[in-house]
Amino acid sequence: MPKAVVKGAGYALIHANDMILTHGTTLTTERMSNPDSDLFADVPKNVQSFEETVAYPPNQCYIGNINPDELANISSPWYENGIENASRFGKFGEIMPLNEFIGAMRLSDTFDLVMLEKDFAEKVKAALTEHPLFSAEEVAKIGNGYDLALIQGLLDAHKADPLTFDGKIVGCVKQAHDFDVNLNSHVMFENLVAKASGVVALRNLLAKTDIDINEIEYVIETSEEACGDMNQRGGGNFAKAIGEMGGLANATGSDTRGFCAAPVHGLINATALVSSGIFKNVVVLAGGATAKLGMNARDHIKKGVPVLENCIGTFAVLIGEDDGVSPVVRTDAVGRHKISSGASPQAVTTAIVTEPLDSVGLKITDVDKFSVEMQNPEITKPAGAGDVPTANYKMIAALGVKRGDLDRKELMNFVKKHGMQGWAPTQGHIPSGVPYVGFAREAIVNGEINRAMIIGKGSLFLGRMTNLFDGVSIIMEKNTGEGSADSVAREDIRQMIAEAMRKLGDSLVSQE
Amino acid sequence: MNIEGKKIAILGDRDGIPGPAIEECVKTAGAEIVFSTTECFV
Repeated sequence: MPKAVVKGAGYALIHANDMILTHGTTLTTERMSNPDSDLFADVPKNVQSFEETVAYPPNQCYIGNINPDELANISSPWYENGIENASRFGKFGEIMPLNEFIGAMRLSDTFDLVMLEKDFAEKVKAALTEHPLFSAEEVAKIGNGYDLALIQGLLDAHKADPLTFDGKIVGCVKQAHDFDVNLNSHVMFENLVAKASGVVALRNLLAKTDIDINEIEYVIETSEEACGDMNQRGGGNFAKAIGEMGGLANATGSDTRGFCAAPVHGLINATALVSSGIFKNVVVLAGGATAKLGMNARDHIKKGVPVLENCIGTFAVLIGEDDGVSPVVRTDAVGRHKISSGASPQAVTTAIVTEPLDSVGLKITDVDKFSVEMQNPEITKPAGAGDVPTANYKMIAALGVKRGDLDRKELMNFVKKHGMQGWAPTQGHIPSGVPYVGFAREAIVNGEINRAMIIGKGSLFLGRMTNLFDGVSIIMEKNTGEGSADSVAREDIRQMIAEAMRKLGDSLVSQE
Repeated sequence: MNIEGKKIAILGDRDGIPGPAIEECVKTAGAEIVFSTTECFV
């Protein structure tokens, strides 16, 4: 069986302070239940500026400018220890300002639902023209914009959702249907954000990965949004829509859902597609969620912490055929939380971590790094949710002690050595294992580590269809460079066919 | 604390102890579960 390898990863954050107020569910529900709340004035006063967001160490880690070890060495609170001269562009991706992103939303808008005010449209075109991943020809498609009065009229008639920048209305997203709730302006706004942010991650992946985009044959989108109309809610398909914007002319795709676990489900599916020989290169990606912006804003403000949930997160990973170098995704050690596994933390960790290791004779300590749910603890601790990655590592370590993989007194050393500080925004699916894939690829290729486990967990009960929890895991490990018999044979066959075609061509020419 | 015969409302945490796991403990202790949920805070 051919091996599937991790060929590259791209990551992006969108600085979205304005969307906390207009589309974060904490603020939108507050508007409904308590329209005179102080929160509406407090949030804008307690958010990080774009420059502060770029300098914020966890965000620099997300785009690859510092690695998790370097992040751990920066004193906390990180929001008081910004990195000087930090760049918005990083080894794995970028942090995009909101004005540029609104332009990207307009460019992702196939049905002319995004209306930008005239002056803002000009400024956005000027800004995006400077962006390395958007061509001038493409940026011109943003158009000339509209009078603000026209936009305001649609907002007043509740036929559109506002696009704001620096607190001012600069455009809107219109409803796509008069009656269809699945095409209303709120849903279209969320879906266009998911699509456009996915495009930003995909373009960063393609720019930073050695791949001919024509060889990408499939896209798996793994966000937590649903696109469709009243007759097929969630019919899809973000994957193909995003692939189209990335120029993936030879790809098709589909959407995979599983709450926060979906990205790792996507990686499993991609690995299966590649290792079975069905497709040569598969991109797994996800756009971000406006709903979770400012989710814990109330607690952050109460505790004197900036409203740190101010970024939309997005990622893209390329799984491809064995190149002899890139880390291999093992197909014989995929972890899964089964329907019968049980809900206790011990049962969950056993199903996702130790059962797949047992199946191939590995110990917990044979995995150099575990990428669990990598939420930034500065976001979760003030909100009372604790340090999620550390809690996960303690549970893995405790199981290791119970199994005899490590000594009890080594428990906290294990957490330090095999774990990491979290750096990802609380965007649901975004922190779930995948933020480390880029670092893991690099560390394995450089020989710093041999093996990493990527874990995704999902709260299925939030959909009110089941009380079950979910979780899956994969193992990335060093490529031996030996290739596989099947892939060599397939290459031989390709060469034989090419040779035969050449001979046929030569004979046709000689006959003329 | 003896909870035998008490009515119990359970608020579980997805990343801590989820509701169904607490339910099992509470049942063993002889209490009546009147409400149980698991919330996701991330």
